[in-house]
Amino acid sequence: MEKLIDSLSPNEKKVLPHLEDPISEICKKSNLDKVAVLRALDFLANKELIELTTEKKKIIDVDVNGALYRKKGLPERRLLLLLDTKRIIPLQEAQKESGLSADEFKASIGALKKKALIDLKNGKIILNASKEEVSKKSLEEMLLEVLPLEESSLTPEQIFAIKILQKRKHMILTEETKLIQITITDLGKEIMHSKELGRELIEQITPEILRSEKNWKGKKFRRYDLSIPAPRIYGGKRHFVNLSTDYARKVWTEMGFKEMKGNLVVSSFWNFDALFTAQDHPVREMQDTFFIDKKTELPDKKIIERVKLAHEKGIGGSRGWRYNWQEEDSKKMLLRTHTTSLTSQTLAKLTEKDIPAKFFAVGKCFRNETVDWSHGFEFNQTEGIVIDPDANFRHLLGYLKQFAKKMGLEKVRFRPAYFPYTEPSVEGDVWDEERKEWIELFAAGMLRPEVTTALFGKHIPTLAWGPGIDRIIIKMLGIKDLRDLYKNDLNQLRNIKTLIRI
Amino acid sequence: MANIKFSRKVFEKEIGKLNEEMQQKIALFGTTLENFNDDEIELEIFPDRPDLLSYQGFKRGFLGYLGKKNGLKEYKVHAPEKDFEVKVDSSVKDVRPYTTCAIIKGLKLDDNKIKELIDLQEKIHTTLGRKRKKLAIGIYPLEKIKLPIEYKALEPDKIKFIPLESPKEMSGLQILQKHPTGKEYAHLLAGKAKFPIFIDAAQNILSMPPIINSELTGRITKTTKDVFIECSGFDQETLNKCLNIIVTTLGDMNGKIYQMKVKDKITPDLSTQKSKISLENVNKTLGLNLKEKEMQELLQKMGHSYKNGLVESPSWRTDILHEMDLIEDIAIAYGYDNFEPEIPQISTIGEENKEEIIKRKISELLIGLNMIETSNYHLTKTQDQFTKMGIGEKQEKGAVHVEESKTEYDLLRKDLTHYTLKIFSENVDAEYPQKTFELGRVMPLNNQGDIVEKEKLSIGVTPGNFTDTKQILDYLGTSLGIELTIKEQDKSDTHFIDGRSADILLDEKPIGTIGEIHPKILNNWRIKMPVALLEIDLTEIFNKF
Repeated sequence: MEKLIDSLSPNEKKVLPHLEDPISEICKKSNLDKVAVLRALDFLANKELIELTTEKKKIIDVDVNGALYRKKGLPERRLLLLLDTKRIIPLQEAQKESGLSADEFKASIGALKKKALIDLKNGKIILNASKEEVSKKSLEEMLLEVLPLEESSLTPEQIFAIKILQKRKHMILTEETKLIQITITDLGKEIMHSKELGRELIEQITPEILRSEKNWKGKKFRRYDLSIPAPRIYGGKRHFVNLSTDYARKVWTEMGFKEMKGNLVVSSFWNFDALFTAQDHPVREMQDTFFIDKKTELPDKKIIERVKLAHEKGIGGSRGWRYNWQEEDSKKMLLRTHTTSLTSQTLAKLTEKDIPAKFFAVGKCFRNETVDWSHGFEFNQTEGIVIDPDANFRHLLGYLKQFAKKMGLEKVRFRPAYFPYTEPSVEGDVWDEERKEWIELFAAGMLRPEVTTALFGKHIPTLAWGPGIDRIIIKMLGIKDLRDLYKNDLNQLRNIKTLIRI
Repeated sequence: MANIKFSRKVFEKEIGKLNEEMQQKIALFGTTLENFNDDEIELEIFPDRPDLLSYQGFKRGFLGYLGKKNGLKEYKVHAPEKDFEVKVDSSVKDVRPYTTCAIIKGLKLDDNKIKELIDLQEKIHTTLGRKRKKLAIGIYPLEKIKLPIEYKALEPDKIKFIPLESPKEMSGLQILQKHPTGKEYAHLLAGKAKFPIFIDAAQNILSMPPIINSELTGRITKTTKDVFIECSGFDQETLNKCLNIIVTTLGDMNGKIYQMKVKDKITPDLSTQKSKISLENVNKTLGLNLKEKEMQELLQKMGHSYKNGLVESPSWRTDILHEMDLIEDIAIAYGYDNFEPEIPQISTIGEENKEEIIKRKISELLIGLNMIETSNYHLTKTQDQFTKMGIGEKQEKGAVHVEESKTEYDLLRKDLTHYTLKIFSENVDAEYPQKTFELGRVMPLNNQGDIVEKEKLSIGVTPGNFTDTKQILDYLGTSLGIELTIKEQDKSDTHFIDGRSADILLDEKPIGTIGEIHPKILNNWRIKMPVALLEIDLTEIFNKF
């Protein structure tokens, strides 16, 4: 019980002595607003000092027009008073003399006709009622006078009048209110009369209190209710996709790779031709790739010649694709379909003394796709290459394994695959322990001699692989829909969990 | 990607039980097991192996891989009999210049085999044939044809026959205009003065490639024993390979392969492709230490033969362009699961791109100000980039369209500002205040009409006013140690309130804008809170470091 008293907040204490009063009284006596009183009551109820029962009630009250007419009289009453003096009056004249607006006048005529108090003949209004009938108050008028009323207490006449008035604009309204009943428990009663209640407790510790020891020494601190939820706060956060691409950057640099960077809009040359993708390959159709109606200049003549040769007759021991390669087609610009367009540009710039070298890229790639839960027209790709005269296929598998391990994926398997610019090619799957299934993660291979020879001038073994990032993000964050990656729903961004890996 | 389906029962009878180990083997052969149930198995075939696009083709390759049938498979080819000839008229030169043809006799077809054949034909059309553009295949019952045959081109109105699935005779042009298959492939003959046809000695038109066969001579049935096959297209070598794939598949169905005289050639030609291979290259590329004998065995498993540095590959393989392609076959035969992964010790130093480092620093600063980073598409909609930003149709400039898009997003974004407003507009239900930033690439046009890619930063605050964003700008400047000043805009940008917008300057050079968004723009986006924002081109800032 002492603990209980020590945990009462100042507001609870202010409310406590007046619990037998109605709430409006409590507000007055405690000098608190209604919100503060209700909160304090809630807290007291939590501590089982009182029981609160709420009762919902519907109250019928006047609306703006209703309030106005209650003061001035309903328009039909005003028209009736006019008719009482004149009995027969032309319509136009009646409106003018009654001082009613067009709408009011129309409503009045309707209301009076319905009650058969008037007739309309030859554009004139004729009163059709006795003195008593005129002076008798209508049901609507009687209702307006007695509002507000609780819905459950209405008489049949009042209900009838309400129905009529509800058809007219802003006459009456229904309000729902909650009536709160307080029942004081035995514990409550005991505490209400406890002497301990008056003892001073330290609330928030303030600089003033800390200024002097005597302010707090030997005094009690009010006990807080620690179970009350704290209001939420939100911090600043990076976008989770960018966190992931940054994590990939970290993995690559730790493994000794240097970042490649370049444009999103590139020539078909770098994106396709330099990568030994024949000009009639289906990926080079508009249905698959975002082309832009612009052409760009190509690089070094020497490189163009070698790429042309690679396609037409073969280079570095290859038979080539054997068709007429069109330089103009390779100038066509597009949104890069893979980060390998950076690989081709990097290889073309490399010289003998730069080797061995390791590069990586992280970035957006594009393909002309419709958007649904598993597809999008933009996606993130990351890719690494190792250019090393001694590189071999086992190294490629070694790098893939190491990369997966750094992302916390221990179990990896490799399968044959096909890409136009690598041979041998590999697809790497990682084991998803949760779902007990293999997930396709890596596309990898050794660049074809047709690619390396054309870009570098001679064949140097080059390992290349690219894990799709979006796929990993979705898996790690438990996101079901790819579209959520770019929805920018602030609630989602504020509440998303931070992953240590990826 | 092309998939093939075949009966599980037949597979298990002819190849082996589809247990876990077999599933693994299928994947390691380079054919992904897409699906299977009690009745059917579905595999994905990579585009470099059209010879595996039928069950017969797959079985041939896979049995070798399993070590059950090693080495180069040989097919007996019979020389042309009398009138086994296809004359090629010079009129086809400008339409569809080449054809390769063959005759197969003694087939015993059933529904399964007919289906397999039609599937193979269709799959080759879409892959190797580039949707019939590069090549198309026709298969005809020989008993309905009077040999020899002629391949020639005629004016469309002179071509008249009953195409498949049609009740009546149509002209070449009518087929392209009215027949469903004709309409689908009409673009392949569009604008040609003459259309190609195969016509037999009785002057019956057999087909109009690459569109459709004749109803009378173009349908094989269970009673068909002998067939005539033609491939037509633009690349002689691709046609040869394609014909080889088809005839060997029929050979595997116990048909007898007969050659035909086609112009001055005899087709099909099933002679092997010979390439050199060096054991040293194999071992160096794969990181293995194979002996010549082991290499020979591995090559044989993949259907090749090897002798003294020379490999002979089957005539139906389309993918052997380089020694490296044989090396991959050796790797597959060796088993990708048998390689010991290894990390080489080469010392290189990792390095991040400088711009990425600076961008990360900026985002760290902004996060310290409780801002949320957003990330939007690089493509945008005209509606968002222009209309809602108060820019009329005639003033739309500086943005580039992609030629075709399957969505409404068909424009390269030229700024981040409109996306900032879009986010506020889509998040009116989220708690306020909302403070966001985005670092990203924009791709506007410069005055010369070239696309210039730039990294930009945009910051938005709502509810927010000029001071709110100015404070952030000042904080960024101080923290980065650069002097960012502002200068009132002479004429404010359309989306800003006049007198409340400024250019952001770095060393007197304008690098961005800052200001309060005009209510009419907020209204366009249905935003009910005041918004202030800024957008900076980061190029000059990158140069500072």
